[in-house]
Amino acid sequence: MDLRLDRLTVVTDGRSLVHELSLEVAEGQVVGLVGPNGSGKSTALRCVYRALRPTRGTVRVNDDDLTRLTPRRSARLVAAMTQDGSVDLDFTVEEVVALGRAPHLRGNQALGRAERDLCRETMERLGIHHLARRGILTLSGGERQRVLLARALVQEPKVLVLDEPTNHLDVRHQIELLRLLRGAGPAVLVVLHDLNLAAAACDRIGVLSQGRLVTAGTPEQVLTTDLVADVFGVRATVVPHPLTGDPQLLYSLDPSR
Amino acid sequence: MSPHPSPPRVPAPEAPAGPPGQADGAAPRAPAGGAPKPPARPGLSLLCTVSAAVLLLSVVVAIGLGPAVITPDATTRYLWAALTGGSVDAAEATAYQIVWEIRTPRVLLAALVGAGLSAVGVAIQALVRNALADPFVLGVSSGASVGAVGVTVTGGLAALGVHAVSAGAFAGALAASVLVYAASATRGALSPLRLVLTGVALSLGFQAVMSVIIYYASDTDATGMVLYWTMGGFGAASWGALPVVTAVVLAGLVLLHRQGRALDLLSLGDETAASLGVDPDRRRKALLVLVSLLTGVMVAVSGAIAFVGLVMPHLVRMLVGATHARVLAVAPLVGAVFMVWADLASRTLVAPRELPLGAITALVGVPVFITLLRRRAYMFGGR
Repeated sequence: MDLRLDRLTVVTDGRSLVHELSLEVAEGQVVGLVGPNGSGKSTALRCVYRALRPTRGTVRVNDDDLTRLTPRRSARLVAAMTQDGSVDLDFTVEEVVALGRAPHLRGNQALGRAERDLCRETMERLGIHHLARRGILTLSGGERQRVLLARALVQEPKVLVLDEPTNHLDVRHQIELLRLLRGAGPAVLVVLHDLNLAAAACDRIGVLSQGRLVTAGTPEQVLTTDLVADVFGVRATVVPHPLTGDPQLLYSLDPSR
Repeated sequence: MSPHPSPPRVPAPEAPAGPPGQADGAAPRAPAGGAPKPPARPGLSLLCTVSAAVLLLSVVVAIGLGPAVITPDATTRYLWAALTGGSVDAAEATAYQIVWEIRTPRVLLAALVGAGLSAVGVAIQALVRNALADPFVLGVSSGASVGAVGVTVTGGLAALGVHAVSAGAFAGALAASVLVYAASATRGALSPLRLVLTGVALSLGFQAVMSVIIYYASDTDATGMVLYWTMGGFGAASWGALPVVTAVVLAGLVLLHRQGRALDLLSLGDETAASLGVDPDRRRKALLVLVSLLTGVMVAVSGAIAFVGLVMPHLVRMLVGATHARVLAVAPLVGAVFMVWADLASRTLVAPRELPLGAITALVGVPVFITLLRRRAYMFGGR
C-alpha cells in the first residue's frame, strides 16, 4: 500500500496554497514534509485526511482516488494526527482511543472483542495503558500525543499522516514519538519543523516552498547548505552525525558566519 | 466484523524507569504504585432503569397533586380506567376529570419537553463546541416569541383556531433558525463559533422587534403572551397537541441517540472528525436541522423554558462521562423527571396562581449546578 499525491493543487480565494505537488510514500516508509511557515505543508496533509477537497489533482492510496470514496471508506485507509487535538469534553483515554475504530463501525455499534483487544494492546505498546481511565483533559502534552497516536493506529490505516506531532513536546518525547513512527507499518507522511529530527526520522524528505515542491530525496540529498539558505533563508553548516551519519544542521546566530 | 490480519507493528518505546506518565513532570500525579482512581461510573442500564422508574413514579404523583389532592392509588386507578376503557364510580367523576382531562396531558407534556430540551442541549453543545450553548442559543426562542406575539396582535392564521399561536411560534422558530444559518454560513461551511455569535446577535434583534410590537400594540394580551413565551409554562397543555409533540420528540430522541458516536467525533473538532470518517459540515447541518425542528415544536407548545437544556447535559455527563450515546440515553429521563417536578412546583407553590416555570427551573437549578461544578472534578473546555 502506498500513498501518491499527483499534481495536487489547492486554490483558495484565488491564492494557490499548494501547486502541482506530486509525492509518493511507499509502504513502511517515513516521508517528511518540511518548509517554512505557510509553505502549504498542512494544506497538503489536510487533503490526504479529507478535511479539504483539492482543487485539482488526486490523492491515491494504492489505486483508490480518496476523493471518490465516502469519508468512512477513506478513513479506513488514512489515519491522521492533526493539530486540532484540543478536546472540550472530558472523555477518558480509552474512550478516545476506541473512537479510532469509528470508521469500521456503524452508528453506535459497540466494539467487538478483537477490537477491544487491539485498543488494549496498542495502548500497552505506547505505554499509556495505565492512563486508560484517566480523563483526556488531565494529561500532559506528551501523554496526550501518545493517546492521539494510539487512536490513529487502532484505525488500522494503510497511511498515517501527522501534522507537526512533536509540537509542544520535550526532546525525549519528540524522539520517542518519532521512533514509534519508524516501522509503524503503514506509509507515514509527517510534517516536521525540526530539520535535524526530520533527517534522523525520515527515509525521504520533501521540501515545500510557497506551495511548490522544491526538491525531494534522501536526507543527504536534500539537506544541503544551499537548499537551507534558499528555502529557509538561514545559513547552516551541514555535518554528518558522528554516530548515525545522518546530516545534521548547525546554525550560528552571528550573521557574518 | 473487521478482521485484523496485521495490527500495526509498533515497537515499544524504550521503557523509562517508572511508569511513563511520571517522567512527564507536569502537574502532581498519583503516587507511584497507586493507579489514579477512575471516577466511579454506575452501569448504564441500571441508571436508565432507575431513572425510568423514578419518572413513572413522579408522573403518577404529580398527576395526583394540585388544588384537589388525589392519592397515587386513586390516580393509578383512574389512569388505568382511562387507558383500558374501564369505568369509575359516578361519585369519582370530578376527580377522574381532573386527573385525565387536565393534569395528565400537562404532566406528560412537561415530561416530554424536559426530555427533549435535555437531549437537544446535549447535541447542541457538541455541535457548536460550546459549554454555554443551550437549545435557544440559535435564536429559536426569541424567533418563536416574535411569531407568537405577531399572530396574537395581527390575528393572523385565524384559520388554525386555537393552534394559531403555536403555529405562529413554530413558524417564528424555524424562520429564526433559517436566518441564523444563512447569516453564519461562509462558503457553505458552518463554523461553530460563527453560529453562536450570529445566534446571539439575531436573538437580540428579535427581542427588539418584539418590544416594538408590544409598544405599539398596547394590548395586555400581547404583554402576557410575551411573558408566557419567555418564561415558558405548560398551562395550555391539552390532549389536542400532545400526539404531535409526542411523535416529534420521541422520534427526535431516537435519531439523536443514533448519532451518538458522530457527536463524539464532532466534539473532537472538525479536522479530527474528518479524519475519522465524518464529514463535519454535512453532519452538523443535518443535525442542526433536526435540533431546530425539535426545539421549534417544543417552544411552540411550552415557550422557552430556560436552564434545563443548559444544565441537564452537564449534570448527566458528570454521572456517565462524555460519551454521547450514554449521555443521550440518560439525559432525557433525568430531564423529564426534573421538568415534572418543576412544573408541579410552578402550579402548586402559590396556587391558585402559577409561578413562571422558567423562574423555577433557574431558581432550583442554578445553585445545584454551581455546587456540582465546584464539588466534582468536572471539566468542560479545559481546566
